[in-house]
Amino acid sequence: MTITVSGDKKEVEEGITIAQLIEEEKVEMPLYVSVSVNEEFAQRKDFETQQLHEGDVVEFLYFMGGGR
Amino acid sequence: MKVTLKKSDYEKILARAREEKPDEACGLIGGIDSPDGVRQIESVYLLTNVDHSNEHFSLDPREQLSAVRDMREKGIKPLGNWHSHPESPSRSSQEDIRLAYDSKASYLILSLMDEKAPVLNSFHVEGGVSTKEELVILEDQEG
Repeated sequence: MTITVSGDKKEVEEGITIAQLIEEEKVEMPLYVSVSVNEEFAQRKDFETQQLHEGDVVEFLYFMGGGR
Repeated sequence: MKVTLKKSDYEKILARAREEKPDEACGLIGGIDSPDGVRQIESVYLLTNVDHSNEHFSLDPREQLSAVRDMREKGIKPLGNWHSHPESPSRSSQEDIRLAYDSKASYLILSLMDEKAPVLNSFHVEGGVSTKEELVILEDQEG
């Protein structure tokens, strides 16, 4: 099936979960990344079980912060 | 890496940082990585510092998502972030380095320590090491 990941169309296996996609995409520091699917933030506790579907739009957003 | 920023975008960052002072101001940068290895910042986004602090900043994830959506619509990509140091130099602090989770990002830091002579630098942070990038501010093209 085809989904959009970080702006690019990708072919992925049917039923792929968010956790599997994170691994497949080799996302650095995944503990500090939020994932949105169709502009809704996914809950971290659901990453292992939440499956993606044809046409889904996924964004990985790093926590961004710092200090002086 | 060489990073370019339009003068109007630099002024946008500067105005926002002055407005938010004494708190740190922050936002995102979007653009393209050109084939010749130059990172061109095409859009600057002004986001809320949810920490509302003069010592820390954190971006609002919802605003982050909205900015990224705008970048996708414009055909550009997220390139990193910017934030201000109201009272300290333009260099990556220990906290900036610790919280720089994306090694592909450029991290712009604007110092307002000397109000009359603001300093903006760009950094690449990887493996706990911050390296200054070459930042060029370009005059905006007419039309």
